[in-house]
Amino acid sequence: MDAAVNEAPAEPVEDIEIQLLLEALYLRYHYDFRHYARASIKRRLRQARDQLGFDTFSAMQEQLLHSDEMVGRLLDYLTVQVSEMFRDPSYFRALREKVLPHLRTYPSLKIWIAGCSHGEEVYSFAIMLLEEGLLDRTLIYATDINPEALEIARSGVYPLDRIALFTRNHQQAGGKTSLADYYTTAYGRAVFDKKLRAQVVFSDHSLVSDEVFTECQLVSCRNVMIYFDRPLQDRAVGLFRDSLTRRGFLGLGSKETLRFSSHVEAFTDFVREEKIYQRSER
Amino acid sequence: MSAAPPTAIVIGASAGAVQALSDLLPRLPADYPLPILIVVHVPAAPSGLTTLFSAKCAVAVVEPDDKEAIAPGTVYFAPPGYHLLVEHGLTVALSADEPVLFSRPSIDVLFESAADSLGAGVLAIVLTGANEDGSRGARAIEQAGGRVLVEEPSTAYAAAMPSAALARCSAARALSLDAIAEHLLSVGSR
Ligand SMILES: C[S@@+](CC[C@H](N)C(=O)[O-])C[C@H]1O[C@@H](n2cnc3c(N)ncnc32)[C@H](O)[C@@H]1O
Repeated sequence: MDAAVNEAPAEPVEDIEIQLLLEALYLRYHYDFRHYARASIKRRLRQARDQLGFDTFSAMQEQLLHSDEMVGRLLDYLTVQVSEMFRDPSYFRALREKVLPHLRTYPSLKIWIAGCSHGEEVYSFAIMLLEEGLLDRTLIYATDINPEALEIARSGVYPLDRIALFTRNHQQAGGKTSLADYYTTAYGRAVFDKKLRAQVVFSDHSLVSDEVFTECQLVSCRNVMIYFDRPLQDRAVGLFRDSLTRRGFLGLGSKETLRFSSHVEAFTDFVREEKIYQRSER
Repeated sequence: MSAAPPTAIVIGASAGAVQALSDLLPRLPADYPLPILIVVHVPAAPSGLTTLFSAKCAVAVVEPDDKEAIAPGTVYFAPPGYHLLVEHGLTVALSADEPVLFSRPSIDVLFESAADSLGAGVLAIVLTGANEDGSRGARAIEQAGGRVLVEEPSTAYAAAMPSAALARCSAARALSLDAIAEHLLSVGSR
């Protein structure tokens, strides 16, 4: 063997394989995970490798390239579908008490929920807007890259054992009614009222590769950008900036911040502790 | 003793964590040269750990945001509800992935990511706890060339977690809290 090859500060083989796997996923299926935060994507890929019964990422890559059914399964590992209704109740309370009074002044509203997962966040918004008398003049765009997640979001059906948590969160978020008013139960599942999604457009949209598609007054993108690397976060925040109206609002997850973003200047803190920002005058 | 000083310290603690950490962290001087990342299993937000330890410690104590740079002389507590990972280039990466062994944050997740991105530069410490979180991660750190210290199970508030780590890591050393504190100070004084 060539000594020079041995002495080079070798990138671990696993890292090379991961890069190749993500490249294959992109070239073959146009799902672009190449700039997701490496540490957590590595963890989930290892999980996928072990649970799907592969010895190496290279073996996975071979399957992925030559058979279509791997991609859906891989997508479920790569896109984390963890959410709850009124997740971080204080965020929703702040929206209700501090942001909605501003939005109320518009004759019609557009809200974009980016990375909506199974729809828990969407129904939370719909319920809050209904309680505040704003739902019928609001259009909600709910987007995600995972088609299966969007399908669940569209159906508004959740396991009954999650309802206790949702109910508690709704109350803590300043809910004005009982959550039970918005769903019926059947076969161990809670089915949320159709009227909550009459004003919702669910669609496939990637913050990595798609462009701005609407102008809106509020973007809520929570716990999605933590999975991106810094340049990709900048791209996503750029999209939000470009789609927000003058003095529009951007809400992030409780541990996400624009502090490290190249677009930090385009926003001002609105409710600092809840990571709610306002688009500066432009 | 291994030759090179560590670049970062990672600590995992569960039942009895506050007491054990209160024995260690307040002894560190304000100019302590290494960053310390800590996962404590806490039930819900807000955890109160940063407030509690800020008051007791000379080093800075924070609950980081995603992509925050990891600085020397700073203690980073994993935020409740998020896994805390170390990213290449020494930044914090948070994730809202499923709990691991019923815990989010998970000690294994922190330790494994530190092993991946810092390799031999990690010093891991497994403290008191009544589960086995941390043992897989400690093993990953050992395999990457890092070092593992474990609170002596017989004197720990809850022995299960340090015992599990010792069982998986052949090179791990079991030490009293006092000895662990001394070790922290000595790796920070080179
Ligand atoms: C952890 S969930 C967040 C759900 C919800 N927003 C919340 O905070 O509870 C992350 C979501 O981001 C979606 N996602 C990942 N990459 C994306 C991308 N490039 N564009 C849009 N959504 C993406 C995933 O499919 C997943 O549904």
